[in-house]
Formats: sequence, structure tokens, C-alpha cells
Amino acid sequence: MSLEQYAQFSNYAMVSATCVLALAFLAHVAEWALARKVEASERALVGADGQDVTLAADAPAEPATERLSRIGVLLTGLAAVILVASVVTRGLAAQRVPWGNMYEFGLAGTMIALVVYLVLVRTNGVQWLGGIVSGFGLVVLGMSISTYVPAGPLVPALHSYWLVIHVAAVMLAGGLFLVGAAASVLYLIRSRAEERGTVGPVLRRFPASALMDKIAYRVNAAAFPLWTFGSLIAGPIWAHYAWGRYWGWDPKEVWAFITWVVYAGYLHARATAGWKGRRAAVFCLIGFATFLFSYYGVNLFGAGLHSYAK
Amino acid sequence: MSAPTRERRASELSSREFLRWMWRQLTSMRTALFLLLLLAVAAVPGSFIPQRGVDERAVELFFIDHPTAAPILDALGFFSVYSSPWFSAIYLLLMVSLVGCIVPRMTVYARALRARPPRAPRNFSRMPASGSFEISASVEEVMQAGRRALGRARIDVVDDGSGTTELRAEKGYLREFGNLVFHVSIVVVLVGVAVGSLWGYRGAVIVTEGGGFSNTLSQYNEFSSGPLFDAEDLPPFSFRVDRMIAEFQPEGPQRGAPKLFQADVTYTERPGEDPEQYEIYVNHPLSLDGGSVFLVGQGYAPVLRVTDSTGAVVFEDAVVFLPTDGSYESQGVVKVPDAQPEQIGFQGFFLPTAVSTGDGAPSTSIYPGAVNPLVGLRMWTGDLGLDDGVPQSVYVLEKDQMTPVTDENGEPFNISLSPGQVQELPGGGSIEFVDLKRFARLQVAQTPAMTLPLVGVSLGVLGLIASLMVRPRRTWIRARSGEDGSPTVVEVAALDRVPRDELPEEIDDFLAQLRMELGDSTPEESRA
Repeated sequence: MSLEQYAQFSNYAMVSATCVLALAFLAHVAEWALARKVEASERALVGADGQDVTLAADAPAEPATERLSRIGVLLTGLAAVILVASVVTRGLAAQRVPWGNMYEFGLAGTMIALVVYLVLVRTNGVQWLGGIVSGFGLVVLGMSISTYVPAGPLVPALHSYWLVIHVAAVMLAGGLFLVGAAASVLYLIRSRAEERGTVGPVLRRFPASALMDKIAYRVNAAAFPLWTFGSLIAGPIWAHYAWGRYWGWDPKEVWAFITWVVYAGYLHARATAGWKGRRAAVFCLIGFATFLFSYYGVNLFGAGLHSYAK
Repeated sequence: MSAPTRERRASELSSREFLRWMWRQLTSMRTALFLLLLLAVAAVPGSFIPQRGVDERAVELFFIDHPTAAPILDALGFFSVYSSPWFSAIYLLLMVSLVGCIVPRMTVYARALRARPPRAPRNFSRMPASGSFEISASVEEVMQAGRRALGRARIDVVDDGSGTTELRAEKGYLREFGNLVFHVSIVVVLVGVAVGSLWGYRGAVIVTEGGGFSNTLSQYNEFSSGPLFDAEDLPPFSFRVDRMIAEFQPEGPQRGAPKLFQADVTYTERPGEDPEQYEIYVNHPLSLDGGSVFLVGQGYAPVLRVTDSTGAVVFEDAVVFLPTDGSYESQGVVKVPDAQPEQIGFQGFFLPTAVSTGDGAPSTSIYPGAVNPLVGLRMWTGDLGLDDGVPQSVYVLEKDQMTPVTDENGEPFNISLSPGQVQELPGGGSIEFVDLKRFARLQVAQTPAMTLPLVGVSLGVLGLIASLMVRPRRTWIRARSGEDGSPTVVEVAALDRVPRDELPEEIDDFLAQLRMELGDSTPEESRA
């Protein structure tokens, strides 16, 4: 294939992956809707004859929600495969690593988040994260379309092997932050419902809040050293060679630092008795918001030296 | 006499207590978390308000756009957030809090390193995970198997003399070690950054092709240094820019995007040494003893020759035109103080690839490469004001004491030159676009002790990984020899210093391993 064909293929694959991911998201939404409906019909039955018929109603209905969940995961897997193809062909078209600008970063970052999620589905059975992860992924891919640039070579500042190291580490950390934030959102919703005793049919499909808290912590604990390496070691080393100083409070640097500080706060909060649970989860979400801002917001609002990444 | 003395002592005591209370507050985790968040919040404004150290020109523009707000923000330090008193106060407090937290923990850790594993609790079933089994092996064999199964943990075996032997094991000392290393490394990084900014220097200089630079203060266009840096310490290197190469994408969707910037230089590291060649490009600085030279920008410098009314060449030099945008539309100024009868000043633009956008409309540049270079100038005569004793920028024409030169219609006299073209000037003399050169904008910088923050942050990450991954665990094995040939009773309990859900499963695995070590494969009998 010629470079143009690779580029074309990458674009088509990206759009296809977005569509498939949208279908995956719909499957998970349908799963929740069905769970709600099943609960409602159960309640109606109980009301009718006063007996507990939950078991009888469960038997045929439960597989339907399970099937939808499995369809969602399968579609997410398909989307991930197509996205991998899109990222790879993008790299072939541009003849370099496929994360040289915002558009490519969004694609590759979503790809990593999806792959991390799918691995966790196999090892830890986190299908329940599907709706959140596919929804988030859809948003990021959508935002990436708005930053589309044709495949091509990079400006001289990016001609460095540190592009591979710095951006890959930051992207991997970002993918993990996304999974951790999804678990924290669910933790907050579910733990509140648990406290009030209002765990509804949809929330019941998610595991207990303690488990989600644990998963969020594990994922963020893995992401934090990666983020430290990517943004506070690899970034400054590259900045030294490219711009003649290792740290200059460029807006991107400021926000990378803020993200680091907030996630450091999260890890401490998690280890401190009075801050466990809800407050730690809030820390995690603030951290993810600052990460999103350093990834996307800084390029939109500020100028700064990272502006070529637009 | 005694009463006031007692009173004084009492107040002394209470103030000491107050200080101690303050210290405890400051070093508490809650305060540290609060300071961490505060640091994050305090860092935010610096990313929205232009910073002096980052972009001086943006600060000046901000002052023009916000004439009332800017002085207030300035007084509050918002244009240099990261060296402002309030930002410094937060991170210094955080550092004190950190040190106040770390030092006591270090002594605790040092004591823990020397300490033996603690004795077993009386009741194993109260531990988060425990189990027991009976086996025909002797107590001694059980203890040896326990040592093997526990691997590299710190182990004590204590015989109480009544037939019960206790094995105490503790592992995971690296967790707290990693934790301490991580926090100490933050201090190391900050010390390194401080050293770098106190003794470091950074300067920028514009050198046209063929031009040279020797590393002395007067040669810099911009220069800043740490308070402890002495300009005498500038290393005595020098270099000449032989060629400045700039290539752009000639076609395709990214037409005009930069492809390569490279400055070919000949440098002499110390006076008297042989000159050497080097190619400086982005990501590839010239590293010399005491400073590195980075290529941070480039642009065009048309060589202009001006003759005055007497016919004498009064100006011939490459004039730096500063780029204003990505198409390298550039602006520049020519000052001719030696012209007769009056001083002459020119101000105008340079277009690397000029295209006329219509009759009478001004030309614009459509490509950053020099395909169709054009210099456009207007002319002033009078007093350049160079002798007023006030320092002037070479990029600004002071027009207070000058009059614009007009054509016969009273319109400003426009000069438009392609390379090789000459324009006769009103009142005699001429201006010629002799040649087109490029200039390189180079940054010379030295940050002493730069490896210190790097080593610090790298050690920090390793410590961090250890503190997040290592699982400290205490394990106890108690074995009681059976009387009259009945089997030995083995009890096992474990306690995680950082609670983990997997502990019960892992203690099951441990029990199985222990029995395997003892050569027993019968199924487990009981687990509490």
C-alpha cells in the first residue's frame, strides 16, 4: 500500500472503530435499561400474589442482560482491534510513531484504555466497567476528530526518540487514569446508594463499592509512577535538549505538575484513615480532570511550547 | 520573687506547648494533603496569566490590554507565580511538613530494622488470617520447613521450654524504605533545582550567517542568571554561524510546515584551541564545558546597502527581520546614523515568498521558504535619537524627531526591493537589497547540578514503585509437640501491615506449601 492508502485506511478504521464503540456503548446502556425493566416486572409480580417470585423471574431474564453485557464487551474488543489497525496504519502512513499530535494521541490513548480494560475483563472480570469505558472512549475519539490533521512528518522539535518514550509513558498513564476514574465514579455512585439502602437494579449490576475502590487504587497506583516517569523525568530530559531548559513552567508543564500533585494527594489520602473511600475518590476524579485539562484544555486555551501538538 | 518566676515559666511552657502543637499540626497528614492541594491550586494562575520568565512579550501585551488589572496582579506577583512569596511559602511549608514527617519516620525505621520480629499473639484466630493442622513431623522439622517456606523474611525461632516453639517472621521492610527514599528524593530534587537556578545562567543571541559570537555578557541580546552567578565565570568559548539551513514542506497538506532547522557552526571551546565544526539543530545542542548552545529560532536577514546624497556607502549589513508568524512575514528596522545631510531610518517588512493580493493591495507571504523574497520599507529622516544616552532597541525606530518621507503626491514613499534591486531615494542616495542571509536565534545556557534533580526524581520513582508494590507481612508459626506419639500441632497466623483482601487465600497457599515442605499431601484439616 502507498502512504496515501495507509493514511486513508487509518481514517476509515478510526471512523469504523468509533461507530463500533458507539454500538458497544449502546449495548451496555440497553443492558442497564433491561435490568431496570426486569426489576420493575419482578416488583409487579410480587405485588400481584404477595409471594417472592424473584427467583422465577430471574431465571429467564438474567441471561438477557448478561448477553447484552457480553455483546458490549465483544463490540468493545472489535472496536479495539480496528483502532489498533487505525493507529498502526497511521504510523505507517506518517513513517514514525503514531502519537505526534493531539489527534494521534487521542486515538492511541483510547486504544490503550480499551486494551487495559479488556485485559482487566479477562483477569478481574470488570465487564461492569464497560458502559463507562466505552462512553469515555467515545467522547475522546469524538474530541480527536475535532483535532484531525492529515498524516505527515513532524516539526523539527519532535524529531527525537524522546517522542517515543515521553509520549508513550504519558499516554499509558493516561489510559490507566481513565480506567481508575471510571471505577471511582462508579464507587461514588454505588457507595452512596449503599449508604442510603437504595441500590437499584442498575447499580446492583456493579460490584460492591469496596471492590471498585480497590480497583481504582490499584490502577492509579500503577499509573502514578508511569506519570512521574513520563512527565517529570522523560519530559524534562527532552525539554532540555529541545528547548534548552528542563523545566520552564510552560502551561503543559504546569498542568502535568498539577496532575502529579493531585494524584500524589490521592495516594496519600488512600493511605490515611480518615480520607479513605469517598474523599480519596474525589481526589482521583479531580486528578483525572486535571489530566484531561493538561491533555486537551492546555492546547485549546493556552499557547505554550506544546502548541504544535494541536 | 517566686511568683513572677513561676508565671514566666508557665508561659514559657505553654508557648513551647503551643509550638509543639503547631509542629504536630504542620506535620500531620491532613495538613500535608491540604498543602499539596493548595500547591496545585496555586500553580493554576501561572498557566493562564503570562509569566515573566516564560514570555516577557506576552506580559507586556497583557499590561496594554488590561491597564487597571495588570498593576494589581503585578503587585500580587501573578506575573511570576512560581517565584512569588505565596507560592514559595506553600512549597516551603510543604517541605518543612515533609521533613518533619520523614525524620521521625526514619528513626522509627532505623529502629525497626534492628528490631526482631514481634512475638506471636496468644490467640491466632483473632488475626486476619490463620490456620492449623496436625502432622507427624517433629517441631524442629516444622520450624525448618517454615524457614524454607518463608524465604527471605526476617525470622526468629523461640522455644519457650515447655514443648512449644514459635517462629516469628517479618518481611517487606523495603516498603517503608521505598517510601522514605521517595520523600527524601523530593527534597533532593528541590535542592538540585535551587542550585541550578542560583548558579545557572541563560542568554539568547541572534547571529546572522557569517557572524560570530564570543561568550561575554555584552554579546547577548537577552541574559538572565541566578543571584549567585558571576559573569566573570562565563566560559570563554566562541563560535561562528557558517550556515543556517531551514527547510519546509514544499507541498501536500502540511505545506509550509517546518522540516529542518540546522545551524552549522565552527566553534572554539577555549581560546587558542583548534576550531571544530558542529551541526546544531533542535534536540541536538552543542554541549561545551560550562554551557550548551541550543537552536531556538531562525529567520531572515536581508543584506542592505545604503548610500547617502554624497554617494558614500553609509550602511552595509545584514539586517535581522523578526518573524511575526508561521509564514515568516517579518519586521525590521534599518538605522543609518552616518547619512548626510540628515540621519535616515527605514522601517518595514520582509516577505520570504511574496504574492501580491491585488492591485494596490499589500503583498503577503504564502510560504516560509525564500522563493520570492521581498523587502518593503518606508523612510524617515531627521534625528534617530541615538545620542540621547537612552538605550534603544535595534528593532524599534524612534520617530519622535524624524519626519516621514513622502512622494510627490504626499503619500508615504514606499520602497519595494527584490534581491539585486536598487531604489533611488528622494533627496539623493540609494538603497540596495544586496543579498539574502538567514539568522539563527541561539540560546546559551548552563544549569549546574542538573544531574541532581534527575538522579533525585529517578530514585524517587524507584522508591515509589517499592512503596506501592512491596507487601509487608508478619507471619507466625507455633508448633506444639504431641505427647506420647500423637502428631505435632502446627498453627499459623499472618498480619499485613497494609491490609489486603488476598491475605486469607495466601495463607491457605502458605499452609499448603508448608505441608508440602514437610512431605505431607493429605488435605487440609481446619482453617480458622
